[in-house]
Amino acid sequence: MDRLFECVNCKLNLCQYLFFHRQEILKWNGWGYSDTRFLFNKKGQAEFTGKRYRLSGMIIPALQNWFEGTFGASVQHKSPAMPILTSSAVQPPTLNEAFVDELKSTGIPCSHDAEDRVFRGHGHCLHEVFALREGKVGRVPDIVVWPNCHNDVVKIVELACKHNVCLIPYGGGTSVSSALECPPEETRCIVSLDTSQMNRILWIDEKNLTAHVEAGIVGQELERLLNESGYCTGHEPDSMEFSSLGGWVATRASGMKKNIYGNIEDLVVHVKMVTPQGVIEKGCQCPRMSTGPDIHHFIMGSEGTLGVVTEVTMKIRPMPEYQKYGSVVFPNFEQGVACLREVAKQRCAPASIRLMDNEQFKFGHALKPQVSSIFTSFLDGLKKFYITKFKGFDPDRLCVATLLFEGDREKVLQHEKQVYDIAAKFGGLAAGEDNGQRGYMLTFVIAYLRDLGMDYYVIGESFETSVPWDRVLDICRNVKARIIQECKDKGVQFSPLSTCRVTQTYDAGACVYFYFAFNYRGLSDPVHVYEQVEHAAREEILANGGSLSHHHGVGKLRKEWMRETISDVGMGMLKSVKNYVDPKNIFGNRNLI
Amino acid sequence: GKTRALDPMLKKRDDFEDILEERRNSSDLKYALRCYTPVLYKGVTPCTSSMLKSMVLQSDQLHYVINQVSKETGKATDDIKEEASAILEEMAQCLQLSTVRFFAFTLSKAFKTLFRSICVNEDGIQRLQQAIQEHPVVLLPSHRSYMDFLLMSYILYTYDVALPVIAAGMDFMGMKFVGEMLRMSGAFFIRRSFGGDKLYWALFSEYVKTMLKNGFAPVEFFLEGTRSRTSKSLTPKLGLLNIVMDPFLKGEVFDVNVVPVSISYERVLEETLYARELLGIPKPKESTSGLFKARKILSEDYGSIHVYFGQPVSVRSLAQGKVNRCQFNLVPRHIPRRPSEDIASFVNDSAYRLVRAQEENMVLKPWVLVASLLLQYHHQNQAAGQKRGIALGELTAQAVWLRDLSRQYGAFLHWPDHIPPSEVVSSSLTLHRGLVRICEDKVQLAVEQGFSVAPEEELLSQAVILLSCASYRNQALHVFVRPALLALAIHTASSNQKQEVFNSFSFLRNMFSNEFILCPGATVQDFEEACYLLVKTGALQFTQQEVLVTERGHRTLAFLSTMLDPFLQGYQVVCRFLCEEATETLTEKQFIPAVRKFIKKLLLAGRLRYMEVLSSDLQKNSLAALLRLGAVRKMKGTPE
Repeated sequence: MDRLFECVNCKLNLCQYLFFHRQEILKWNGWGYSDTRFLFNKKGQAEFTGKRYRLSGMIIPALQNWFEGTFGASVQHKSPAMPILTSSAVQPPTLNEAFVDELKSTGIPCSHDAEDRVFRGHGHCLHEVFALREGKVGRVPDIVVWPNCHNDVVKIVELACKHNVCLIPYGGGTSVSSALECPPEETRCIVSLDTSQMNRILWIDEKNLTAHVEAGIVGQELERLLNESGYCTGHEPDSMEFSSLGGWVATRASGMKKNIYGNIEDLVVHVKMVTPQGVIEKGCQCPRMSTGPDIHHFIMGSEGTLGVVTEVTMKIRPMPEYQKYGSVVFPNFEQGVACLREVAKQRCAPASIRLMDNEQFKFGHALKPQVSSIFTSFLDGLKKFYITKFKGFDPDRLCVATLLFEGDREKVLQHEKQVYDIAAKFGGLAAGEDNGQRGYMLTFVIAYLRDLGMDYYVIGESFETSVPWDRVLDICRNVKARIIQECKDKGVQFSPLSTCRVTQTYDAGACVYFYFAFNYRGLSDPVHVYEQVEHAAREEILANGGSLSHHHGVGKLRKEWMRETISDVGMGMLKSVKNYVDPKNIFGNRNLI
Repeated sequence: GKTRALDPMLKKRDDFEDILEERRNSSDLKYALRCYTPVLYKGVTPCTSSMLKSMVLQSDQLHYVINQVSKETGKATDDIKEEASAILEEMAQCLQLSTVRFFAFTLSKAFKTLFRSICVNEDGIQRLQQAIQEHPVVLLPSHRSYMDFLLMSYILYTYDVALPVIAAGMDFMGMKFVGEMLRMSGAFFIRRSFGGDKLYWALFSEYVKTMLKNGFAPVEFFLEGTRSRTSKSLTPKLGLLNIVMDPFLKGEVFDVNVVPVSISYERVLEETLYARELLGIPKPKESTSGLFKARKILSEDYGSIHVYFGQPVSVRSLAQGKVNRCQFNLVPRHIPRRPSEDIASFVNDSAYRLVRAQEENMVLKPWVLVASLLLQYHHQNQAAGQKRGIALGELTAQAVWLRDLSRQYGAFLHWPDHIPPSEVVSSSLTLHRGLVRICEDKVQLAVEQGFSVAPEEELLSQAVILLSCASYRNQALHVFVRPALLALAIHTASSNQKQEVFNSFSFLRNMFSNEFILCPGATVQDFEEACYLLVKTGALQFTQQEVLVTERGHRTLAFLSTMLDPFLQGYQVVCRFLCEEATETLTEKQFIPAVRKFIKKLLLAGRLRYMEVLSSDLQKNSLAALLRLGAVRKMKGTPE
């Protein structure tokens, strides 16, 4: 199967490299692989380096124009990052000697090397990455441990309780909720529990179509290994190259293809979690139970505040026979949303269906790699002519839905027709597989693009929400407008990029994703401005009936809104669970509540 | 920071341009037929008047209410739909450019004969243009004359600004032809009262919201609900303001811009009409022929009009921190709900702020000051039994004194400084010659005495003059009301202790809050503002504990408290009436005639100083205040 993000030289096992020094293969102050980045070459053309992605090694001719035009930025104005981490920037570790001694006697690997600690002291929020690029390091874990299996974790948690140290579980490090940040007020020794060595599939049960997997495995590895046996989980969050199974469970993750496979809560059959009170798990592997509140729902979304997820039994599916991308262009966003709503109503959503607004459509267009064949570009031109002129679509209003169909060939084709027929009723025009595929590519390269932006005074971030259908249009309009207004009010000199896509559909609503970026030249404290704008945008989301989060989680970034989100009693419930499970706050990352 | 914010001298206002000047120099026909291409709202969905109607009829809101009404009454939904459609026909505007062009032509002719100039602040127009482009716009003009909305559309047409749709009272529909003409110039008609009629309310609110949300046109209505007969701003009505704020509160639009517009007439066309109405002299029906007759009668000099387009106010910024919009998250937005307490008080506060914004930019002519002085002089003389007027020179000197005072209080006074003050005063006397008499250089109000046989008739004809004059004085009330309340409070307080004075101020302010525009809950701010102004102008001094009137402050304080005297006497006499005459069987309807009779008796007996207390407006306000304060109780359903 052809995957966009597939490693070209995939023979190597990522996890081996993730051992002590992830930073050898991954960036320490940016997104993704060290060998993969966007840059503007000497001719000013954008280039995507490395060999890992489809786009790798290609020239992207339109990107510079789009970039400079959208942000008022210039490839002449660079804001480079600090190339290496100076160890003096890192505070020496506060070690609990007794804990360290006992830990060492267990033989579980650990390290208090500065680079190891810094690497695990952050997620990928803008402020976290921005600080790293400036070489600034705040409170980071004092020691990193690498348990190899469930029993190792049990030992570590026991020792942590015994010596009263703070444990922060660490999976893929892709958090965007400040969940991995060490609470500055924490005075105890902070231990980062890196699950990366617990990365095995322990068994596959073909009768029940389940797999029992260690929680440290990262998404792409899990899929690769299952594919070898002809299976998949179908769970593909945008971060799946790096995020881990345990992280998915701990944050209530959602995958791109949830329409077929479900979100993490639908995929999990059994979970094992080590808490200060002991191990919590169900006594059977049953598909559904009526046994009081589902204890899985205490675990899912607990964001590392209750314990460490060590093993998970997940549903698996035979690999799909056929996969097909597609895209539909709509005259405007309103029509597009109406179409998605109808698709959801008829419950015929493809594996993935996403609607990008006009700005994002243009963004996607700017990412077209240089085409070698004259024929393709001629066709492209023709298509553009057809869409913008012949059909009377306004290029500044039209928007595009990208589609991914999966299943057996015949059904896919049938399904495709059904969806395109619905789209036609809303003025939608099929716009080819390429456009669709490029749309999904955007998902995987967007984080790399943020790093490019940061090299040229542009900072940005994405955030998400879920919202009832009748409010989708309102929330999109208002949040985008709020971002623009707040930027203006906060003294941002250039108009920001403020764009969104409807990225998931449900029976009762949709998930909406916002991208927001601006040129910060002339601002003395760009990150603070950025945070104020994001804060305002979240307030706007909540005022428009959106949720605090659809799948990124709460972490520490969105904690302040939890009470109004789940009510006083709800907070009390969560707190009493925390108090019972972890009275000494061993899992002290202070996320969520 | 605080003093700066309080200092009205720092208010910056735009300059005016006379739009009639060009009309006097170029063809009206060309003007009426010229190219009209206004800038529209950037999110506009182009649609016609009839498309609007069907959008309303097909809205979720209406479906819901129709089903609800059907369940309650047992009527078939189709019948209700038909009913709804008919109501909408009766209500809807059908704005046509051709009609607007017709008005552009005829009004040009009329305006040129009636008025010397129509002055507009062009910067305000520019701000409005900008606002219209960005967000749906609501225009909130002050309401002193029938002419207001035609004038508004005329100005907007002149400046190539999008023409508004205007909420008008049903009474216009009485004038068949005119009603239809107005409809075609953008008016839509609302029944004056539709109490519990769910269907009507749903149609009406949905109609307004649809026009607003789609950016069809700016929505214009009168916050005061009706024309002020007294030239005082009226307590704002909240119904329509609630409706236009709703789309923002529910997130259906990003923001709504509200633009207060202050229309000041140097002479109101309806001047004596209003006075007669307030005195209960039967008013002519609003009929087409009546309007034409009025036009004939009024073919004289009405001076100039000033129209000031205020700063657009963003509803979003008004609501910031005051309303939790999450309250709409748990119920589908199309289900009608009574506004919550925080929204009700938010809308109420906003309404007051907007009326004050109107007041602030009302242009005051020198005559307003002259009329205030003449009224005070008249009552003092009368009390002293003198019948001679005031010497023109003295009047001028006093007017200059009042000019300076009102400027210090931040009045938007149009006093031509390049003309000698005596000429300024003389020319305003000339323009209002119907209200004053000048005899041997002595000026007095044109109150005829001893000519009529019937004393009651004489009383009424005098009252017409006095009430007309009072309506000009009232134009300046918003400038003086806070310091005047303080002056009165100092006068009535039992000591000079600050706390005593504040208590007295607070009582008076509370008492008069149906009478003047005093923002709810702003007692302390109002008190501070009043203190600030009086201290700044050297009339008052504050010690640690006491409030002291300075040597030169006595004149100011006397003038200010005398300004409120008629109101005080009005409230007193209503109380007296209620104590002496009112019985349990007094109905609301009977109240005005009864109290009027009572007052006439007292006036004829020479036991009341101010004829103004005959004003039904004053009487209604005092009853409302007494009801609000719990001094009077309304009993419902008393058996006959």
